[in-house]
Amino acid sequence: MTQRYVMSIDQGTTSTRCILFDQRARLVSVAQREQQQYFPQPGWVEQDAVEIWRNVDRIVPRALADAGISADQVMALGIANQRETTVVWDRRTGTPVGRAIVWQDVRTEELVREFERKPDADTVRDRCGLPLATYFAAPRLRWLLDSVPGLRDRAERGDVLFGTMETWLIWNLTGGIDGGLHLTDVTNASRTLLMNLATLAWDDELLSFFDIPKRMLPEIQPSTADFGHTKRVVPGLRIAAALGDQHAALFGQTCFARGETKCTYGTGSFLLMNTGRELVRSTHGLLTTIGYQLGGEPAVYALEGPIAVTGSLVQWFRDSLGLISSAPEIETLARTVQDNGGCYIVPAFSGLFAPHWHSEARGIIVGLTSYITKGHLARAVLEATGWQTREVVDAMNADSGLTASTLRVDGGMTADHLLMQFIADVLDLPVMRPIVAETVSLGAAYAAGLGVGFWPDLEGLRRNWHLAARWLPQLDASRRAAEYANWQRAVELTFGWAQPRRPV
Amino acid sequence: MPGPVQAIERAAAILRLLARGSGRLGVGEIAASLDLAKGTAHGILRTLHGVGFVEQDAATGKYQLGAALLHLGTSYLDVNELRSRAINWADALAARSGEAVRIGTPLEGNALVVHHVFRPDDTLQTLDVGTLLPLHATALGKVLLAYDADLAASAQRSDLPSLTRRTVVNAAALSRALAQVRENGWAGEAEEFMPGEAGIAAPIRSYGGLVVGAIGITGAADRLCDGRLRPRPELVTLVRNAARAVSRDLGAGR
Ligand SMILES: Nc1ncnc2c1ncn2[C@@H]1O[C@H](COP(=O)(O)OP(=O)(O)OP(=O)(O)O)[C@@H](O)[C@H]1O
Ligand SMILES: [Mg+2]
Repeated sequence: MTQRYVMSIDQGTTSTRCILFDQRARLVSVAQREQQQYFPQPGWVEQDAVEIWRNVDRIVPRALADAGISADQVMALGIANQRETTVVWDRRTGTPVGRAIVWQDVRTEELVREFERKPDADTVRDRCGLPLATYFAAPRLRWLLDSVPGLRDRAERGDVLFGTMETWLIWNLTGGIDGGLHLTDVTNASRTLLMNLATLAWDDELLSFFDIPKRMLPEIQPSTADFGHTKRVVPGLRIAAALGDQHAALFGQTCFARGETKCTYGTGSFLLMNTGRELVRSTHGLLTTIGYQLGGEPAVYALEGPIAVTGSLVQWFRDSLGLISSAPEIETLARTVQDNGGCYIVPAFSGLFAPHWHSEARGIIVGLTSYITKGHLARAVLEATGWQTREVVDAMNADSGLTASTLRVDGGMTADHLLMQFIADVLDLPVMRPIVAETVSLGAAYAAGLGVGFWPDLEGLRRNWHLAARWLPQLDASRRAAEYANWQRAVELTFGWAQPRRPV
Repeated sequence: MPGPVQAIERAAAILRLLARGSGRLGVGEIAASLDLAKGTAHGILRTLHGVGFVEQDAATGKYQLGAALLHLGTSYLDVNELRSRAINWADALAARSGEAVRIGTPLEGNALVVHHVFRPDDTLQTLDVGTLLPLHATALGKVLLAYDADLAASAQRSDLPSLTRRTVVNAAALSRALAQVRENGWAGEAEEFMPGEAGIAAPIRSYGGLVVGAIGITGAADRLCDGRLRPRPELVTLVRNAARAVSRDLGAGR
């Protein structure tokens, strides 16, 4: 019998990868391409949606060729994507209206302040589970509608379409200007500020609050659903799942039961806890979001603590400061010293996300003395990820009333042993990495494979989860407390830094 | 003996040129300075770019010396980078073989474990990244010795401690074993380090075939070997495929 596989596309913030998995969830081939990031102004982050589409066009055939398999051996395709990144395009030409605005972009800060002042601002969070913040898609879409001449008219006439990356890719894969399907899934839609968390539909009140024409929005589907067949790149693949990357990682970590939690360490880091059928409202700065929704079943909800800047701080250290030549060298450099030397870096590059939600905060390095070397800075870079994790784990414990007993981790930064040990130390919990570090891709594959019956049920998937590495806490309690107190003081120093631009 | 290779002389001239002055030059400027056809200069620059000896500025298209040149003195890849680049394939090897996976690089006459994936059976195991293993008694170590003449020479000059009754302790025997490793493209370890335990390892190569580490599995000898303590061929294939996949990602064989 010929072997059968499931394909995933993980359209991340730094790169897009296509991975093939076999029936035992083992990785068979990987093809990956980075996309360019543009930083045209302080706080602005953009990407070229056409470049991302071209990358998909290259990596999908390559993943098949590397594995030596043909398209008809691929039972299903699952797509996971960076969330909240916003693109608008012309449905007749397929051309994007400017560059995609990335989730880390804070250009909408003033716009968000205006929204906050509206009398019905309080109702937003009740409807969609999210605070008003620059992080989400709706303010970006509104910014485009306000700033691109004629765009609102085109949107109202139905000439332009909005999407996050999965929507853009599905539209292109299923035909583009020749009948491409305009679809999103509940997890991605739950990150726009426009979807009602209870009804799982676009919310008319929210659309009018943000003044967004409904015609430009994609149709919302469950995470496993019929997203059509590919007509381009490699025709005939069945797109059976789409979900936001963090939701895919929750799924890939097989966090199917209430209370199960994971943290994914990539460009940013994202702690998600499955809260089952119950929609839990956070009182400690977390988001309420959709965990996933299997076709024909009710949605599974989740609490989320997003951290904007973790891996991207390492990239900044590499690309903007030039102190290392590859991301993993941060560990080598950090190991040249014993501790942080009293130095802390709070990477509030996009303001601070959970649990603080200070859009106006900006990054700082504190505790500088002549003693500090680049080794100490490298430590402070890694420690920032540890402490930010501690903050969201504390918030999660407070919100859920549960006390985490271990932390399941995945993502590119889990290759960093110094960091993983530090996280175990600051949480005072064992940190566990599963045997597939590419959990986002695995989760997208799982969802797609379940959708087409390649895998029978969730229990079967659970049996594929195996422990690949575990770090145990070693730091003594007084040291942990003292360091955490220093970190918290450093965080406070970032608040209130960015000022509204003065009119000229 | 054949004469000097012209392309290499030209490549050296380009590197010297880039090492001077501002250090950033366009392909036209380089071609003009060295009196080369632009196409020739471009071909050499692409090759130098491929091995990391020059870098190209994305915005201006100009070339400068690459980071890899600065690290020429330390010919082994940064160990943390090696782990990052190998992690997917090491995981897949553990999943396929059902055994624990380790990656080793040489450090002060030993094999340093730079990556470790637990045996995927969810039994209690402890990370041993940072542990030093004897080169002559382990499959990882023998791979490192087989492809590094200096390392092998110094190992053979020193005492080869006996760790089990099967450890190779004789310099001549070790030398034959290493020749066999080179011939096979993989190394085995059968109760030479620990009684009851076996290992299989293969080389990880980077640009130009340079061996930068070894990846392998270890586990109970009765799982890894046949009745005569010979590594099972299907496991050898899995290890070699994983080593090739990592090597391909590191730029070997391009
Ligand atoms: N060994 C390491 N130590 C520290 N950071 C690392 C290491 N290896 C990679 N990183 C960081 O991890 C990130 C890459 O991880 P990953 O590949 O999971 O991210 P991604 O999927 O591209 O991003 P995202 O999904 O968030 O868009 C980069 O930001 C990089 O700086
Ligand atoms: Mg990712």
